[in-house]
Amino acid sequence: MPLIMIIYYVISAFIAGMLVWNFIREKKNVNDMLLYLLVLIPLVLRILRVK
Amino acid sequence: MDNKTSRLWTVKLIFLLVMTAIMVIGGLQLYTHRHYKMPIVIGPGVTKVAQLSEFSEGLKGTMADTDVFFLEGKEEGGKVFIMANTHANEPSALLASLIFIENAVVEKGTLIIIPQFNNSASRNTRPGDGYPLYFEIPTEWGAKKFRMGNRDASPLDQWPDPDVYIHYPDKQLLSFIDVRNTNRTWPGRANGPLMERVTHGAMQIMREESVDMAVDIHGAETMFPVTNCIVAPDKSVRIATMTSLTVKAREGFESHVESSPSGFRGLSHREIGDYSETMPFLLEAPIPFLDQPTGPKTAKLLLDGKDPFLLSLSKKGKLFVSYDETGWSMEKRVGQHCSVVLELMRQFSRRLPEKKIEVRNVPRYAEVVKNGVGYYFHDPKKADKDKVVLN
Repeated sequence: MPLIMIIYYVISAFIAGMLVWNFIREKKNVNDMLLYLLVLIPLVLRILRVK
Repeated sequence: MDNKTSRLWTVKLIFLLVMTAIMVIGGLQLYTHRHYKMPIVIGPGVTKVAQLSEFSEGLKGTMADTDVFFLEGKEEGGKVFIMANTHANEPSALLASLIFIENAVVEKGTLIIIPQFNNSASRNTRPGDGYPLYFEIPTEWGAKKFRMGNRDASPLDQWPDPDVYIHYPDKQLLSFIDVRNTNRTWPGRANGPLMERVTHGAMQIMREESVDMAVDIHGAETMFPVTNCIVAPDKSVRIATMTSLTVKAREGFESHVESSPSGFRGLSHREIGDYSETMPFLLEAPIPFLDQPTGPKTAKLLLDGKDPFLLSLSKKGKLFVSYDETGWSMEKRVGQHCSVVLELMRQFSRRLPEKKIEVRNVPRYAEVVKNGVGYYFHDPKKADKDKVVLN
């Protein structure tokens, strides 16, 4: 796997981590909670090398 | 924990479970598709199965590596290289190549066949565009299942895309997506992006084996002008023209000749001819499934090519092929490819008798239309284990 591709996976994992953290921290806004999870789906699928 | 906090965590947990379920259900289907192995029964003519990475080392261990079937005749003669599924969403190419692999007997000359040229693209799909993940061809022993692929390699195998793809070696600026399109990355290079390594491997086969003719099999929209044709550069145009005239006169179907444009780089019919001694040909047969204004992109549309919207457009003269209620079936498309490939070999042999290529046991257009494509596929369960390749 070329270095640039590895960097992309690291960036994906970082953003996924931020989304999970924001999801955990969110206390009021249900829409935002859903949004964090929806945005998380493609990132998790990419990190797991599914799609 | 107070009531409010407890309720919040219950909502979060429900959301998390629903999203996980969506991810697992959707993800599993995509994972299974990417790793699905299609059995190919090695026919009586196959003498060797190699890997493309043997010709382009940079492919080793990647999803872009693919099987290369050699069918060597008893006597020496010309050599023909057949590539299918350069675009893995044009599967009539794959089916035609499998008919050759599972049935052909080569008396003179050599056939070299790659049925999944862009192997990574065959494991990529477009669920967002409503593409089916699989399609099935009925046979006497049950349905044979195939992956429905995509035009370009999977981003899992080659990523990121550049803003603009700078073609090697001509430096022509091409669309960013074409860096994953194996009909824009010719002639390729050993250490380039993965798809350039695929085309480089094919160029190495042609150089090392002194291949005489290369046939790249495709499908094209009925609304696209370059459809139902043989695309050929100047060096191949004579054989292409004779083939076109002969199939029209003898077999009754159209496959006109289109000239390969010299200013558009990266295409197989351009670069193979320019960078090797081989004569390239690119075959197109109409595939209504790929047209934009159709109904749902179902496996049925892929197989029978019947669509009411295309029929309406045909009546208004908007299509580049004749089109009626009978659609444009897979049998017709595969049959055309088989006939055109056989006719190209016959015309080549007539022109260069010392390099004659003699292949038997491959059906022509009328036989494929009459018997169906599945008639020519063999049951992998009944074949010896060493005669089955899982692709």
